[in-house]
Amino acid sequence: MGAPKKSSAARVSEDSDELVRVPLQAILLADSFTTKFRPITLERPKVLLPLVNVPMIDYTLTWLESAGVEEVFVFCCAHSKQVISYLEESEWFSQPNFAVTTIESHNSVSAGDALRLIYERNVIHGDFVLISGDTISNMSLTEALREHKERKKKDSNAVMTMVIKRSKPNPAIHQSRLGTDELFVAIDPDTKQLLYYEDKADNSKGILHLEKSLLSDNPSLSLHHDKQDCYIDICSPEVLSLFTDNFDYQHLRRHFVKGLLVDDLMGYKIFVHEIHSDYAARIDNFRSYDTVSKDIIHRWTYPLVPDVMNFGNTATKLERQGMYRASEISQSQSAVIGPFTAIGFGTKIGNHSKILSSVIGEGCNIGSNVHIEGCYIFNHVTIEDGCILRNAIVCDGVTMKSGAVLEPGVILSFKVVVGQEFVVPRYSQVSLLQQPVEEDSDEELEYADSTSAMTSKVDNSDVEDTSQVLDTHFQSSSELGVGGDGYIWSKCEGGHEEEWRHSVAPIPADKISEAMKIMEDELELTHDGSILPPSGELKPDSNDSEDDDNEDSRDDYFEKEVEATFLRAVNENIQEDHLILEVNSLKLSYNKLAADCAGAVFYAMMKYALDSARSSAGSLIQNVKSVLTKWKNVLTPYLTDIDDQIEVILKFEEMCSESVREFAPLFSTILHLMYDEEIVEEDAILRWDDEKRDADESDKVFVNQAQAMIEWLRHAEEEDGDEEEEE
Amino acid sequence: MMVMMDFKVVVLAGGVSKKLLPLVSKELPNALLPVANRPLLSYTLDLLELSNLKDLIVVVEGRDAAREVGSWISAAYADRLQVEVAAVPEDVGTAGAIRAISRYLTTAKDILVVSGDLVSDVPLGAVAATHRRHDAFVTAMLCSAPVSGSLDSGSSGGKDKTKKPGRYDLIGLDPTKQFLLHIATGAEVGKDLRVQKSILRAAGEIEIRADLMDAHLYAFKRSVLLEVLEQKGTFHSLKQDVLPYLVRSQLKSDVLLNGIPQAEENGNEKVISQSNQQMISQILANASEPTFHLRYALGPHGSSSARRTHKCCVYIAGSSKYCARLNSIQAYSDINRYVIGEASHLSGYSFSSHNNIIDPSAELGAKTTVGPHCMLGEGSQMGDKCSVKRSVIGRHCRIGANVKVVNSIVMNHVTIGDSCSIQGSVICSNVQLQERAVLKDCQVGAGFVVTAGSECKGEVLAKK
Repeated sequence: MGAPKKSSAARVSEDSDELVRVPLQAILLADSFTTKFRPITLERPKVLLPLVNVPMIDYTLTWLESAGVEEVFVFCCAHSKQVISYLEESEWFSQPNFAVTTIESHNSVSAGDALRLIYERNVIHGDFVLISGDTISNMSLTEALREHKERKKKDSNAVMTMVIKRSKPNPAIHQSRLGTDELFVAIDPDTKQLLYYEDKADNSKGILHLEKSLLSDNPSLSLHHDKQDCYIDICSPEVLSLFTDNFDYQHLRRHFVKGLLVDDLMGYKIFVHEIHSDYAARIDNFRSYDTVSKDIIHRWTYPLVPDVMNFGNTATKLERQGMYRASEISQSQSAVIGPFTAIGFGTKIGNHSKILSSVIGEGCNIGSNVHIEGCYIFNHVTIEDGCILRNAIVCDGVTMKSGAVLEPGVILSFKVVVGQEFVVPRYSQVSLLQQPVEEDSDEELEYADSTSAMTSKVDNSDVEDTSQVLDTHFQSSSELGVGGDGYIWSKCEGGHEEEWRHSVAPIPADKISEAMKIMEDELELTHDGSILPPSGELKPDSNDSEDDDNEDSRDDYFEKEVEATFLRAVNENIQEDHLILEVNSLKLSYNKLAADCAGAVFYAMMKYALDSARSSAGSLIQNVKSVLTKWKNVLTPYLTDIDDQIEVILKFEEMCSESVREFAPLFSTILHLMYDEEIVEEDAILRWDDEKRDADESDKVFVNQAQAMIEWLRHAEEEDGDEEEEE
Repeated sequence: MMVMMDFKVVVLAGGVSKKLLPLVSKELPNALLPVANRPLLSYTLDLLELSNLKDLIVVVEGRDAAREVGSWISAAYADRLQVEVAAVPEDVGTAGAIRAISRYLTTAKDILVVSGDLVSDVPLGAVAATHRRHDAFVTAMLCSAPVSGSLDSGSSGGKDKTKKPGRYDLIGLDPTKQFLLHIATGAEVGKDLRVQKSILRAAGEIEIRADLMDAHLYAFKRSVLLEVLEQKGTFHSLKQDVLPYLVRSQLKSDVLLNGIPQAEENGNEKVISQSNQQMISQILANASEPTFHLRYALGPHGSSSARRTHKCCVYIAGSSKYCARLNSIQAYSDINRYVIGEASHLSGYSFSSHNNIIDPSAELGAKTTVGPHCMLGEGSQMGDKCSVKRSVIGRHCRIGANVKVVNSIVMNHVTIGDSCSIQGSVICSNVQLQERAVLKDCQVGAGFVVTAGSECKGEVLAKK
């Protein structure tokens, strides 16, 4: 299990001067815990996919190194072997002043699990950068780190700084140019504290609903729809323990960020750091893959551009008009390579072929009269004569037989063969592997267990795999034309209906106009004021009373639950201890006091006594006596305080006067019984009497009834208080 | 001043406000309540005159009050302003008031609606100009929300507010602070914030401000205002109904859809139906950036989808400007103090070297001191050893010896006996305070007699 690199640990202990200065650490999640890059990610982890011919993780690591991070923990889960072996072969393990350690896990299904595991390892000692391996950035961390540290010094609850960047989503289709969902955030303009975070917005609701408490402390707040979450977080070590404390936190944003924002109990705060000229973007889906690739080619990510980042042996040179060319490219005179393209090492391009704004990997073989536009072609791909490819992603080892056509948005996973003159329809996802059966379409589980088992098989034994493939060869050949090989995945229901959203292909105009129309209609809806109530005078404020009702009904629920629990205990002969435990859990979930429990349990007991008295022949008082004797131990844990006991008396009074009038004539008798059973002490009864002294006559019915007993108690107290104490 | 042309001003002077009892009455409606010895309405009218907005209708609730206001205006402003006074029934609300006088509003292109209880030095012309520049449906003036409670008298009674600065409105602005994107007023302020996503999407950013207040001064496009009032018969208040409605519907304007053909209007609906080229030139001619309304109307690819939008603009008064509404007793005290104090230029008087105004005809006894930020009206007399601090004393008051007046307002013809002490109080006209009366944080209604030696604190004293 990814033994920690000795060097890093050694370095810290050696430099005794640096004990105070904790080296800047980073956690790099080499697993996005999503399924958005399927089918490609069934065979290779996303972080190893080439982005303008360099694996994504190299961008992330390069940035971390340049930003002054000294120690990186790479968390590998899905395809962990591939990631680790890639890193082992790379130069990352041998960089001076930059320690890369892998942490491997096979059962983590979310970022939350990952962070909990890392917490257990106890390797993070100070502030750290949390990033996933598909994030491309060139920002300087200095400023953000300084802000974070300063805030932390003043307020230990400032546990996280999120990096955001301006990006205006398209208002019609509700997504950014990265293909991510629109994001609504509220930020305090002065302190930059994050107050509200809503991604995955529910578009059916036209209203952004913010708690009024957000405004009670701030004279102003900024609502933003024009910000993009860069998924680069600077975290204090507390973040890890927060994940451990809240074991249900899975998703970094949906659970952790929202959880902290909602929880005002702990008072943890998240702040944002906005970058302006720097670049930062996460590759979340195929659209962002396309967008970020273009940004790299257009050099927005400088110095993270192909000609500066030279990995491996092949140098890439930038030529005019944004053409990146590696060495040993053989290109026909008649071939046209348009601006903003990248061509990898050793690729051959035939006569009259046209390549426009695309990325072609290493060792590709492109025939004649091929038209490639807006495509991402990985390594060792063979494209025979006369093929047409538009806005597609083509993985390693794919063969396209002559005349095959890829319509926009097609994804061809590894080693797929497209048959002669076969047209792969729009947005098709093609893989040699069959589409996994969707047992539980929980998005969290990217490389879900079944598939990771499946893919590891692919990793381990390529030979075996191909034989498997051969078996299915003939069945699948029909799917991709003559001589083709691969399965066209069926679109799953729901999620992929709007496949155009996250595709590499540009959004078709008709989709946009469609979305615009929907937006119009939405406006129409909002309009009548049916959603926004007309303010002020038109509608009297009725909300408050509703709230009260809710409170009441919660009380009711609590009592009913306790009663039901009690009855079950009686009928099923459940032990007292267990019953107490159950009542305690109700107490916690309804946020009640001990006194409430005492009242509720007592109520349940009396109700039971009454019901059994009705059904059986025994007198009411007999039943009450037996119930109290039998179950008083359930009640006593809640009666530690005199106040709790008074609560019970008051509850009893209420029952007698309202719900269960049968007890009314027996009030003083039962009170005496309770005294005898030590459910209520004399202090409680006397205090109750005192409290009632100034009440209305109508409220004093039962005090008067019990007057004889109270007198007797007072008398006893005066006479032999000492004796009683000894008892 | 060309821009001021074609603006009809409607001054909503109110009637007899319950919140200001016992200071006001049928004989002395809100509009005539003296603030630093001048009727409240004169502040608004002078401000309008200063901005060359001279064509006005003063709307008063109640016939009697209207008569009083009318006779005062004709006496004071006869040759300065062109004023009509219109009476409307009481409790019709601000929207109802406009509805009631709509027959007078037939010509002007825009209407400036001013609340008559506004005391301000904000140049109203600038508000009108902002409105015109954006060709907005409505432009609202915003000012800093006053910090309630006075500066130095922590004991000032009445308000049970907490120490926090007052919350009046929640206002959502675009980043350029030109457009009004969200407004919550009245009961909405205390509730959760509910912002339309469509507007946030279009604008990208909305800054929600709790420290600004809607000053109840609006410029409306006349046809828009009248159409909204006609269509929405239930709208009662401009501030709480009409303005929020226009703000809500700004991206999908349905005003003027079934209205009269607006051929002569240079409104947005025409602009948008024109070609892009013309539109852009129009915007450039208006010397303002293409706003998000326009971008929104154009759609993401510049395709003119002929969407109707309209603009709701704001004019934010600079922080150095004074702007307050006299709508409570607390505000009455604060404004009086302010007008004779920090904002003395508003009073229209010239202050002496002691930073106070003592009318030459006033008489002061021996060893009587009138401190800075004080005002003493004509013909008032004070006995010996009196002391006046931060207070306004009206005309023809007779004040005995050894009287202390601190942080108070004394109106006209008030008689104050010897050794009285008045602090934080408002004494209306014709009140008689017999000797040794001690008042703290009291309001004394017109003509009331406070008997000798009585001590009152935080009380309202008025004739039944």
